[in-house]
Amino acid sequence: MKRKHQSLNLDEIRERLAGARGRNYWRSLEEVADSEEFRQILEKEFPLQSSPLGAFLHRRQFLKLMGASLALAGLTSCRPLPQRKIVPQVQQPEEVIPGKPLYYASAFTLGGFARGILVESHEGRPTKIEGNARHPASPGRQGVRPLNQPARIHPDGTPEHLGATDAFTQASILTLYDPDRSQSPVQQNRVASWQDFNTALAAAMAKQAAARGAGLRILTETVTSPTLAALLEELLRKYPQARWYQYEPVNRDHSLEGTRIAFGEPMQAIYRIDRADVILSLDANFLHGDGASVRYAHDYSTRRRVSRDTRSMNRLYVVESTPTVTGSVADHRLPLRPSQVSAFAQALAKAVGLPVSAPSLPAEVQRWVDVVARDLQAHRGRCLVLVGESQPPAVHALVHAMNDALGNIGQTVVYTAPVEVKPVSQTEEIRRLAQEMASGTVEALVILGGNPAYNAPADLEFARLLKETTQRGAFTVHLSMYEDETSALCEWHLPESHYLETWGDARAYDGTVSIIQPLIEPLYPSRSSYEIVDAMLGRQRSGYDIVRSYWQGRSGHTTFDKSWRKWLHDGVVAGSTLPVKMVKPRLTSVLEAVQKISPVPEGLEMTILPDPNIWDGRFANNGWLQELPKPLSLLTWDNAVYISPATAQRLGLSMDTGGLANMVDMVEIRYRGAKVRAPIWIMPGQPDDCITVFLGYGRQRAGKVGTDLGYNAYALRYSDSLWTVGGVTLAKTGERYSLASTQQHHSMEGRDLIHAGTLQQFLRDPDHFVPKHGAGELPSLYPEHQWDGHKWAMVIDTSLCIGCNACVVACQAENNIPIVGKQQVAIGREMHWLRVDRYYEGGLDNPRTYHQPVPCMHCEKAPCEPVCPVGATVHSHEGLNQMVYNRCVGTRYCSNNCPYKVRRFNFLKYNDPKEPVLQLLNNPDVTVRGRGVMEKCTYCVQRINAARIEAKKLGREVQDGEVVTACQAACPTHAIIFGDMSDERSLVAQAKAQPHHYGLLEELNVRPRTTYLATVRNPNPELEGD
Amino acid sequence: MPQVFHRSSNTLARLSIVTGAALLVSSVLIGSNLSRSPYVTQVGAPVDQPVPFSHKHHVKELGIDCRYCHSTVEKSAVASVPPTHTCMSCHSQVWTNSPLLEPIRQSYLNGTPVKWNKVYDLPDFVYFNHSIHVQKGIGCDTCHGPVHEMNITYKAQPLSMAWCLDCHRQPEKYIRPKEEVYNYEYKQPKNQLELGEKLVKEYGIRKEQLTDCAICHR
Repeated sequence: MKRKHQSLNLDEIRERLAGARGRNYWRSLEEVADSEEFRQILEKEFPLQSSPLGAFLHRRQFLKLMGASLALAGLTSCRPLPQRKIVPQVQQPEEVIPGKPLYYASAFTLGGFARGILVESHEGRPTKIEGNARHPASPGRQGVRPLNQPARIHPDGTPEHLGATDAFTQASILTLYDPDRSQSPVQQNRVASWQDFNTALAAAMAKQAAARGAGLRILTETVTSPTLAALLEELLRKYPQARWYQYEPVNRDHSLEGTRIAFGEPMQAIYRIDRADVILSLDANFLHGDGASVRYAHDYSTRRRVSRDTRSMNRLYVVESTPTVTGSVADHRLPLRPSQVSAFAQALAKAVGLPVSAPSLPAEVQRWVDVVARDLQAHRGRCLVLVGESQPPAVHALVHAMNDALGNIGQTVVYTAPVEVKPVSQTEEIRRLAQEMASGTVEALVILGGNPAYNAPADLEFARLLKETTQRGAFTVHLSMYEDETSALCEWHLPESHYLETWGDARAYDGTVSIIQPLIEPLYPSRSSYEIVDAMLGRQRSGYDIVRSYWQGRSGHTTFDKSWRKWLHDGVVAGSTLPVKMVKPRLTSVLEAVQKISPVPEGLEMTILPDPNIWDGRFANNGWLQELPKPLSLLTWDNAVYISPATAQRLGLSMDTGGLANMVDMVEIRYRGAKVRAPIWIMPGQPDDCITVFLGYGRQRAGKVGTDLGYNAYALRYSDSLWTVGGVTLAKTGERYSLASTQQHHSMEGRDLIHAGTLQQFLRDPDHFVPKHGAGELPSLYPEHQWDGHKWAMVIDTSLCIGCNACVVACQAENNIPIVGKQQVAIGREMHWLRVDRYYEGGLDNPRTYHQPVPCMHCEKAPCEPVCPVGATVHSHEGLNQMVYNRCVGTRYCSNNCPYKVRRFNFLKYNDPKEPVLQLLNNPDVTVRGRGVMEKCTYCVQRINAARIEAKKLGREVQDGEVVTACQAACPTHAIIFGDMSDERSLVAQAKAQPHHYGLLEELNVRPRTTYLATVRNPNPELEGD
Repeated sequence: MPQVFHRSSNTLARLSIVTGAALLVSSVLIGSNLSRSPYVTQVGAPVDQPVPFSHKHHVKELGIDCRYCHSTVEKSAVASVPPTHTCMSCHSQVWTNSPLLEPIRQSYLNGTPVKWNKVYDLPDFVYFNHSIHVQKGIGCDTCHGPVHEMNITYKAQPLSMAWCLDCHRQPEKYIRPKEEVYNYEYKQPKNQLELGEKLVKEYGIRKEQLTDCAICHR
């Protein structure tokens, strides 16, 4: 089957968009191009439906097989079920009730920063991660609930405080059960025992003791753990000549250096987004990815929630060099090359009254500067300027000075001591280590976590040096969860415990300490970095003893036990938040640094960013994150080079209008002698003459899932410019590459799906903000359903959705949703029950972006139901469109008749029981589906049932807020509201009474229970029309 | 033209039609009866256990309440089989040398659990919750039969969906006052339907909802 693909004609697309009248929302370039193939995709929901057998099986053979299999299938029911066992505990712990999950507080760290979590545990088996609302980095739902509501009633066992999370936190539980995790120590590619290692370690340490540690080097990732820091300090006291270095590719060097320039010492800036009326982000993706982003997204949303009583909103300006989640929800977004973002910052500093010499900017950019400066100055003390890590330290310093000039310090931004134990330039540290390795002075190198052989800057040639150091006979050790690129080059590889298997502690973005408590004994004989350092000190304490004795030493013995228990229960150590420091930027040193900003070489610029899902590569073997469509591009399983439409045209690069998979051009990126071949992705909203590459792919030893996917952008990363460079050249290779993006899947044919407008329009005439189709008044042939009980319903506020995908992974974890792999995604068979549709509005070069999460609509007159020949999908009294897996015979009629395209079919046996360790992950309250069965969002019916049963046992009704769906719990902005719409006081009923409430495809009169609140933006009238 | 077939072919043809039809009907009947038979459902078949535990002895003769061992029946979906510790709370004092109890003692000493054989096993796509049933007046013996008479425990009911639905459609046929749930000598009164209707209302059971698929399947 050979299809002829046409290349996208960008000129024509641009013309069409320019010629469009009225509101015009679009999903992909292919849609605007409106090619024949795109229309074919629209026609069919599952365009490649034919079974893989079809190609080589004739009809008669098929019928024979069918007959035989039918007879055999019938016979299987005529035998007793196999005998299964019940295995009770020998002594049941007091708090364990079989069949009821328990929740324990712990913390997940990324980049050293802790996010508070509550982990659901079924009989000692962690299955799901929720946020811990008591933790500052994972805020709960307070502030969303109206004051007149009754306090939430907590049914037995349900977590009291569910907080929000991000996709990384949600997916981290999959890593725990990853069958590819390393399961034993390895010495030079031979399986060894911990006994062997301890002997080798003792010998190496004895040798170092004689030299006072002169040849001993320890490399960790960012450490915020007070306990680990205390251990390392003890080690350095014992071996005074030894050195401890930190390196992590996605580090905070620029932020720390920026504060060092501005204040003379490294500081941590903490933003009070909820207090800011006007926010300007300079290449700062503060709503996604970093340690505080869940909190910031929550705080941002508190000022975006529009109801009939709303009079004002905050306003977000974003100037950025790559389309990001933050830019996608901005009221005004300006794409600029990274060097121009720096220039913009200088011009803005001048405009707000700082004595800076500003470079000259293009007229339209200068106009932006003037308008934004006026808006910021009109909101002195109530505005905020943020800057991203990719900007140089001088710009960071300048932004601190600007916030000072705008009266924001102490109001919308406060400063504390750094959260890191040792706030150093990590790039300097890895460089120093590389130099020492080159000079041959390193005799013992202990690498605790991280993967420097893969992700150190290319010019340091860390992998070569590490190999040579090992070959020279040095004692090199790598502790990590996978036997990865670095492990292969060390003498020893040690399996590291997952954070859900071990004790530890970590600080949040504001310094609050959480004790990391394990949920399960290590699955394999693994150790934590705490235990390794303790072993280096000649002790053999368990992680529990290490962490507990550290905290015991710091507090009074009389009350310690009580406080320890409370810390573990709450998930935070009371009083550990770092105190706010009063600071004032030193203008002279800031200005001095700004003058030194080096001009960028001519030619193409390049931004290097961590992948939005895989991050620095550490999640490469996490199938959930690999298959999660990346925000905005909706790419899965690959990284691509973002390139703007105009630049692509200039360089003669194109993408096909092809089928479901996108055939794209490959390019060779050349920078300082490095050459990387990579597929392109034409990204609306990318600034011209600037490409973006993403880290984390091109792994050689990631595991079965993550090895050999994408290209390795670390090859382009040099230690003197980690994030942005100029003078890059692109050459078309002539090769084509197939990318699996889900942006055209499940398309609803460009109907009236998104409604958006401005706050002014909303205030002027709220009742006509969205066109009404008279839904609910249309007559229906189907009988009205009478029910006086609960009527479950969901409202999704598209003003608040930032497209971060936390809900999608939360749904996947809760509902045992399988991953299908790149080939299956490419033919439209991804299984996510919840998808986040992304729509563009406006021109090709800088469109506005809208996100719309689409779960099952649970239509009251569901079109899927009457077409099922076996009654496998039927309605419940409470309004749920139920899917009965054991009845389903896989006709897929329901899916064909679903106007919202939310049904997913198990074409193959995606939930493979071949890996027993992965079965531990499954939620026991949800059926694991087999091949040939349709499935879809159930509104988390297992959670509804649990709440109903508990309420009924107490002889009362389920209260509003007792049922929290997985997607709702995860959402950082609380854009998803679920509840009983028949209860007028419920949040969902109140949301449904809002004037900007609407349903998708209401004109079909299927009466969806899932409905939406239209997007309300708050643009500056001076810039509207841009 | 001579006849191709002999006259007897008519009889053969009729016979084969009738036999065919009979075979079809009987295979359906055999199949459906077989799948309902105790051979498949294992109803009434005692299940071997590592320790020949007698409910008759413990429940009827000694008078131990169901909840002494099945302690989570009111709190959780599963009634739970007791941990070894519960057995030893008595058997560290009585029958301390009984060879039959050796697996229990070994479990207690070694900390290895006893592996009991499941008697009541539902398919994985069915979610039954004990706690709500006992709270709403479904007696233990309604599903588990005369456990107090069983020397070796066997399955008393087929656990087929039709059997579940019998009660979910008409709970008034089986419901009893809450305080009688654990009373294994409880006899249904003559006016069961009348009393049942009253209890269904009193306990807030919404009958229509009981046949929603998602009540048991999710």
